[in-house]
Amino acid sequence: MLRLEPRATHSVLAAWLSPLVALVMTVITGTVIFIAMGKDPAATLYIYFLQPLVSASGLSEVAVKAGPLVLIATGLSFGFRAGVWNIGAEGQYILGAIVGGGLAVFFHDSTNALLLPSILVFGIVGGMIWAAIPALLRTRFNANEILVSLMLVYIAELLLVYLVHGPWRNPQGWGFPGTRTFPDAAVLPIFFAQHRLHWGLILALTAPLLAWFLVAKTRFGYRVRLFGSAPLAARHAGVGSTRMIWMTLLISGGLAGLAGVIEASGTIGQLMPNISPGYGFTAIIVAFLGRLHPLGILLAGIVIAVTYIGGENAQIVAGLPKAVTGLFQGVILFYLLAFDLVTRYRLVFSRASRPEHA
Amino acid sequence: MKSLNRVAIALLAALLSFGASTSASADKTKVGFIYIGPPGDHGWTYAHDQARLEIEKELGDQVETTFVEGVPEGPDAERAIAKLAQTGHKLIFTTSFGYMEPTLKVAKRFPDVKFEHATGYKRADNVSTYSARFYEGRYVQGVIAGKVSKSGVIGYIASFPIPEVVRGINAFMLGAHTQNPNIKVKVVWVYSWYDPGKEADAAKVLMDQGADIITQHTDSTAALQAAADRGIHAFGQASDMIQFAPKTQLTAIIDAWGPYYVARTKALLDGSWKSQDTWDGMGEGMVVMAPFTNMDGDVAALAQKTYDDLRTGKLHAFSGPINDQSGKQVVAAGAVADDGMLAGMNFYIEGIDGELPK
Amino acid sequence: MLDLIIPSVMTMMTAATPLIFAATGELVCEKSGVLNLGVEGMMLIGAVFGFIGATVTGDPYMGLIVGAFSGIMASLIFAILTLLLVSNQVATGLALTIFGTGLSALVGANYVGETIDRIRPLYVPNSADGPSVAQLFFGHDPMVYLGLLVLLACAGFLSRSRWGMILRAVGDSDQSAHAIGYPVIQIRFAAVAFGGLMAGIGGAYLSLAYTPLWAENMSAGRGWIALALVVFASWRPIRVLFGAILFGGITIVQLNAQAIGLGIPGAIMSMLPYVATILVLVLISSNAMRVRLNAPACLGQPFRPER
Repeated sequence: MLRLEPRATHSVLAAWLSPLVALVMTVITGTVIFIAMGKDPAATLYIYFLQPLVSASGLSEVAVKAGPLVLIATGLSFGFRAGVWNIGAEGQYILGAIVGGGLAVFFHDSTNALLLPSILVFGIVGGMIWAAIPALLRTRFNANEILVSLMLVYIAELLLVYLVHGPWRNPQGWGFPGTRTFPDAAVLPIFFAQHRLHWGLILALTAPLLAWFLVAKTRFGYRVRLFGSAPLAARHAGVGSTRMIWMTLLISGGLAGLAGVIEASGTIGQLMPNISPGYGFTAIIVAFLGRLHPLGILLAGIVIAVTYIGGENAQIVAGLPKAVTGLFQGVILFYLLAFDLVTRYRLVFSRASRPEHA
Repeated sequence: MKSLNRVAIALLAALLSFGASTSASADKTKVGFIYIGPPGDHGWTYAHDQARLEIEKELGDQVETTFVEGVPEGPDAERAIAKLAQTGHKLIFTTSFGYMEPTLKVAKRFPDVKFEHATGYKRADNVSTYSARFYEGRYVQGVIAGKVSKSGVIGYIASFPIPEVVRGINAFMLGAHTQNPNIKVKVVWVYSWYDPGKEADAAKVLMDQGADIITQHTDSTAALQAAADRGIHAFGQASDMIQFAPKTQLTAIIDAWGPYYVARTKALLDGSWKSQDTWDGMGEGMVVMAPFTNMDGDVAALAQKTYDDLRTGKLHAFSGPINDQSGKQVVAAGAVADDGMLAGMNFYIEGIDGELPK
Repeated sequence: MLDLIIPSVMTMMTAATPLIFAATGELVCEKSGVLNLGVEGMMLIGAVFGFIGATVTGDPYMGLIVGAFSGIMASLIFAILTLLLVSNQVATGLALTIFGTGLSALVGANYVGETIDRIRPLYVPNSADGPSVAQLFFGHDPMVYLGLLVLLACAGFLSRSRWGMILRAVGDSDQSAHAIGYPVIQIRFAAVAFGGLMAGIGGAYLSLAYTPLWAENMSAGRGWIALALVVFASWRPIRVLFGAILFGGITIVQLNAQAIGLGIPGAIMSMLPYVATILVLVLISSNAMRVRLNAPACLGQPFRPER
């Protein structure tokens, strides 16, 4: 009979293979869905997954979309590895944009070259402050960080709405919501004239490399991994859970805040009621799809970004509803989690009807 | 791992490449639409979509239309608009205020494409703006409400404190005061254009507080239906919602974009398209009232007369004397409010209790 | 004043009902040791399929059954992944929420703008008479009463029945329960399915009674609030009732305050339910002793039978 037997060590091969398998299974599921909807599966799959990659503008857009995702997901991976579940990255992203963007609006006439780095730093701080709340409430009051960070997302969204409709509203904007546009000194410069790729995205895409270095080569990274896989052993080794919770939340908050201010400064150019199409939540999927490994996250971010862009293209070109994209993402995650099994267990064919005791 | 991914992608590409073709019938001109919500909302987006269908009906032999729905007003908007421009669309309608900056940015990149931005205030050589004088419809509704309401309390479900909404409230009350100088309005701000749950809650709360007429500046049918449950009269918004409240809808403001859309498309086809600002109302047929139902004959007659007078220009919704909440006169007797005041309106008129959110 | 209080309370009860269903279901699920973060997704699935069922059959009660059933189906995906394939419960729950949101949006796209005959209250007083105490007790729609019944039944089940005790044992110490011979996995399966049933009904209530229409994301975070409610209630069913009324109530109170004209910006007022949730979480969780006493000890831990 077939039996699942836990492996002594996680299978690395399976760990890298399972996202690929999940992707393939999602493609197959997608084919079925498309056929059921009466669309040509081959053409539609092409539009979804490949077309975004074959043109310069497509690649640029993929990078624009992947940047914030990769940045946030890299930050999240620290916490997730340590068992600290920061679900509120969306809120930290918004706070980063608010604090960083607020500085840009305050100095809206400035041409000082220091303005840009300053708003980036402010953005990081803003995200950190928002992440500090669940950290504090978890360490001092034992409040579940999942729920606290999530509630803070709603609060952050409402705060942004309040600010751009009220105190921060552009006085020359005819009463419409939105701040002034940021001064040029506070806007991230663009790479190529025709496309939207700006320097902030380069930052975003190199973050995983730095994170990989941090996790693989430093003592802190070692501690994070230890804390996640064996909390008791970690405690014995002197890794305090309080410190771990604070550090991982602050890192993920800071990176999410950075993503927020980068997006506000580079891609949008002002603060308005809507500055995120759900990056903070999608980044969670990216983190898992990338197996919480920085380089995996880089790839996963690109894949997810492609499905977004592809989904929009599919609406325009193939008449597909936009909801299919969200469905795909959920399905990818399901398959991933299902095949995750293989990394931790292996199938054993055993003739004995009952396992022997050790 | 990366090379494995590349091989996989290459294989997929080879398999699917023959399926790719964004076939366009090369003769027909393409017109694109960006929607903020779903065409099925039976409100704002529905009205735009109906107008799009009118284009197809009238000019279907020369024009084909595409739409992208549910595009959030943030960074994604620019990409969606650009995609339409890149795929050969020559005229693009962006149907929400928040698309203003993205539309302008894309317009700069594609000087040969013409853009029509709804309810905005910035133009360019290839960007026009257009809006409708919905407030005229509000005035008619106010007249009806003033005559019909027994409790003397109107329930107003408002979205965001922007000039368009404030204008609507003021126009409504100006109309209502002609019938009942002491009539009061209670305003609830739901901070969303489309949130059925909250709109229904707001309606219930307003009715609990004594309102016996419900009107809304939000897009779903939920408030109308919640009012219908209690037998309370209400007004539909952006399209005729009578089938959702057959016994209680008094009338609705219908956004009749069709004639304008067809005219602009024709202008594109014959080369006469120029950037302009259009703010049409009942006189030009852009604002239409749904049939007056569920009211006594004399009320219907009064409503019809008001409607006719507005249409012919005999009556202007904002004709003086009008004082603002502080008692200061803003429009003199015998004069009418000019477009400048109307466009930037951010004060309540006299007779409205409560403060406008800043 | 009375004629404002009675309608407000009634509105609060309807606002609380979806929370009561979802939170009760999740409570039972968590009592067995399983943390299912997919409540939001299951509610949306219940809402969309319930609405479609009602549109197609013309009967909202049929829609309710369809919605309930679809909630169970959605929870089974979660159950298979976490109980059989031993996947991480937090991640799987999140995946279920994301999947449920996407699936419901896709399936419901053609039904936006449709309307149905909603579930109606049993006793509709003469509107000319104004609000009355009789209306307060008898004028709710049937789902409100059903929610209260289910809540009470669960409270009784968990504290007094044999299987309730077994379920709690499974949640507190799965290894011991397994050693005694109780089928841990099966019991958890049943608990998860019950959670899905309740979430499905709670979601269906939204689209069949609360606002008889379908709109993407119409649960608007209620699933997450339901999760918080379970913690707020220290895993005790009767307290779920208070929490649900409190949270349902805060939303209504906030709107009432606006309508009265209190002058606080609407956006700030809208934050109230979420701020309240955080405050309550802090208050309840900070009493670590109480949490430890009431929270199922094995919550979130996968069951790996030791041989």
